[in-house]
Amino acid sequence: MPTEPDADLVLTLRVNGDRKRLLIPANRTLLNLLRQDLGLTGSKHGCDVGDCGACTVLMNGAPRLSCVTLAADAEGAELLTVEGVSVGGALHPLQAAFHEQVAAQCGYCTPGFIMALKALFDERPDPSDEELNEVLGANICRCTGYTKILAAARQARERMNGRSA
Amino acid sequence: MSEHEKPSGEPVPVGRRGGKIDGLPKITGAARFTDDLTLPGMLHGAFLRSPHAHARILSIDVSAAAALPGVYAVLTGADLPTPYGVIPVAQDEHALAVGKVLFIGDEVAAVAAVDQETARRAAALIRVEYEPLEGVFTIEDALNPDKPLLHDERRRKGDTNVLRRVFQKYGDPEAGFAEADVILESSYDYPGSTHVPLETQVALAQPHPDGKLTLWSSTQIPHYLHRIVAKVLGMREQDVRVIKPDVGAGYGGKSDPFANELCAAALARKTGRPVKFILDREEVFYAHRGRHPTRMTLKMGVTKDGRITAADFKAWAAGGAYASYGVVTAYYFGVFLPLPYKLDHWQFESHRCYTNHPPCGPKRGHGAIQPRFALELHLDKLAHAIGMSPEALRLKNTVEPDTETSNGLRITSVALKECVDKVVAASGYLEKRGKLGPNRGIGLATSAYMCGALHPIVQSEMPQSAVQICADRSGRVSILSGTADIGQGSNHMLAAIVAGRLGIPETDCVVLESDTGLTPVDLGSYSSRVTFFAGNAAKMAAEQLYAVIRAAAAEKLGGDDVVMAGGKVFRASAPEKALEFADAVQLAEERHGTLGFVGHYKPPKIGSRFRRQSVGPSPAYSFTAQVAEVVVDPETGFVTVERIWAAHDCGKALNPTIVEGQIEGCVYMGVGEALGEEQSYTKTGLHRAPSILEYKIPTVFETPEITTIIVESNDKEGPYGAKEAGEGPQLSTVPAIANAIFDACGVWMNEAPFTPDRVLKAIERRDREARRAAAEEGA
Repeated sequence: MPTEPDADLVLTLRVNGDRKRLLIPANRTLLNLLRQDLGLTGSKHGCDVGDCGACTVLMNGAPRLSCVTLAADAEGAELLTVEGVSVGGALHPLQAAFHEQVAAQCGYCTPGFIMALKALFDERPDPSDEELNEVLGANICRCTGYTKILAAARQARERMNGRSA
Repeated sequence: MSEHEKPSGEPVPVGRRGGKIDGLPKITGAARFTDDLTLPGMLHGAFLRSPHAHARILSIDVSAAAALPGVYAVLTGADLPTPYGVIPVAQDEHALAVGKVLFIGDEVAAVAAVDQETARRAAALIRVEYEPLEGVFTIEDALNPDKPLLHDERRRKGDTNVLRRVFQKYGDPEAGFAEADVILESSYDYPGSTHVPLETQVALAQPHPDGKLTLWSSTQIPHYLHRIVAKVLGMREQDVRVIKPDVGAGYGGKSDPFANELCAAALARKTGRPVKFILDREEVFYAHRGRHPTRMTLKMGVTKDGRITAADFKAWAAGGAYASYGVVTAYYFGVFLPLPYKLDHWQFESHRCYTNHPPCGPKRGHGAIQPRFALELHLDKLAHAIGMSPEALRLKNTVEPDTETSNGLRITSVALKECVDKVVAASGYLEKRGKLGPNRGIGLATSAYMCGALHPIVQSEMPQSAVQICADRSGRVSILSGTADIGQGSNHMLAAIVAGRLGIPETDCVVLESDTGLTPVDLGSYSSRVTFFAGNAAKMAAEQLYAVIRAAAAEKLGGDDVVMAGGKVFRASAPEKALEFADAVQLAEERHGTLGFVGHYKPPKIGSRFRRQSVGPSPAYSFTAQVAEVVVDPETGFVTVERIWAAHDCGKALNPTIVEGQIEGCVYMGVGEALGEEQSYTKTGLHRAPSILEYKIPTVFETPEITTIIVESNDKEGPYGAKEAGEGPQLSTVPAIANAIFDACGVWMNEAPFTPDRVLKAIERRDREARRAAAEEGA
């Protein structure tokens, strides 16, 4: 039996730059907090047990499976979701490359891939192919065979590092 | 020549690479899938599922569930007694079990409550009394007339759980085998597997005060869902509106109407509130409708110089508890067996059986994957036996363009030889085969697939696809279509065709799709039909708009040599005096009135010598050749697929980037089926691996490097030459890998998936036989 849902708590955090203060049930997952309480539906339910990566968000800059994270763990944290990746209406180079390469077919896994790759690029601006693979390995895509996703990640890497691609 | 086949004079610029017109929302998080929709006052649904594989329901007590605070309604089978099924002759399903449960996971009752947690808690409070019945778990069980029947009572002595047996015979197989120099016979086993789209099945139903209903759902066939929801709920079809938002893929797995859709609708009607009904990941493994596990035998004969003379094929599929599309599967098993080869003398017999498992249905390459696996492996065995190169044997027997097959399929465009030549050259197949050293090998396979079915599932003379287009005075063109984009890019395909014809950017088109309240009927995203059927409908509509705009522009510009390109309308002889497209639209509207046109597609009536051949014929076929390179670890039996080269004849690539993506996706799904994906059950019918972690799907690490080669045969009847690309390429992948394993270590993998234990056993058998042969030679 899950925790009594009426055991509420107050949560303060920053999401995509905006400060949020909410009253939530103690058993609320971070994914449901984003989707239900904040209306940020870009992060997806794929499995709800941390197997597929579709719910990946950045918590204090690090990738996090929001479906198996309690919202309470995000107290005071800085969260970034796919909705916060393009700043001022301009696509992030990763997003531009995903678009150009048609790396999103059905698009359901895409937010998770973009967030996982963004975390890598934030930490290592010029990752090797092996490092790209390592990150992609934590997410499942059933449409693309990962081929166009890898192509997009490489294209973004080249462009972000001022090389032609 | 029908209206939409008229040549339009100037060449149409289709084939731009790159992003989809509706691609950006999927990258920014703005896309709206069904689960992303919320309505005020929305309730949530949950199921109670059967813990028994086969049992009679003696009683159901919902009182404790109904009394739980937060519960608004509870449904059981008695509330929705109308049976349904997509195939008219197989109406064997109920939204909730009526009388019996037929597999572990079968839906028994449904609850609507204030939130999902309460709904699930309530479902668990429902008390059901069952009388367990003997289960039917194997093909032997299904064929045994002494076993209980899943559906109906036994009417005649000898009735079994065979849903459909099909037998067809062409030419004179006996005479064909007599012509052969070498005849081989083998048994093959192909596993059941499931789609695992990342989005689970989700439905959201909204009742309206006038008694009408809107249903948003993650379906890939809104039209059939529309019909069946109305039927099961006892509503008029015009009172039901089905809308398909963005869908997180299907691969065939969202082709059936599902219990969550029907129960969301029924619960919404009962409570007067919107109801969202989501399957969780585990439940999707029970909803299933995936690949049929299939046992096969194949006997084939060839002459010494490599002509295939005869084939005899048998298949038995353990199809699970309900028919789904299983009647069609039984036909597909045989009808596509020879393609892409010429074969005059052959026969097949197939059985699609009921068993007490989650129901099988259509999965990418429906019904054709299993026989292709058997036949392509068999061809390599035959090539080996007559000392011929596998690619030469295939090329010798390849079907020719503009011919008819022995079973009455009309063949038009074929570029299979080019596909074979290109993958052979790109992969270095000829140089590598037999020479890659121990435990590394290379294999080839080819295949063909349909571009939609000539005959619709529900018989009708009406069009199977329709598209409506309107030109706005701004120059924007709206396209309304009942097609279901589930990620394959059909929205972009429609825009590419219309924009190509009108010479405007694709992004100046807006596509409104999949809303049975607004868009003209399209039969849906299955059997690889959308590009050919809906594409032709869009072309027909676009040609009419083109003609009207062109005529208006010709009058204004004072000459007939008007072309439309680059967003401008001008005379070819005077390109400097160009009209903006929007201005040309306005001129046309002044002359013609509001610019709205409809187009439709109805496949041509293709006469066949065989009246019974109603399942299988298509207006065109796609062709594929693939080469796989693998490494086998002889110590562990572990197979690594390092690289796959795939050449596909898609007629014409309306957007090559999207076509490549379809080919890559097919190869990926084939690799999964080759290496480990399996819907596997215990002896009592319990799913062994109902989670993404346990059901082994390839990650990026198991996925080979894929080289795609697009081959364009420019089909005369395809929209601007196009054929399908979404399913056909998967057919070659598994046999190419199996043939590569033989090249690597000399074992024929007659049973898929090629898991380490199976490969190791095959290697041990090879070594035993070699020792025995050596001992006999020594003696």
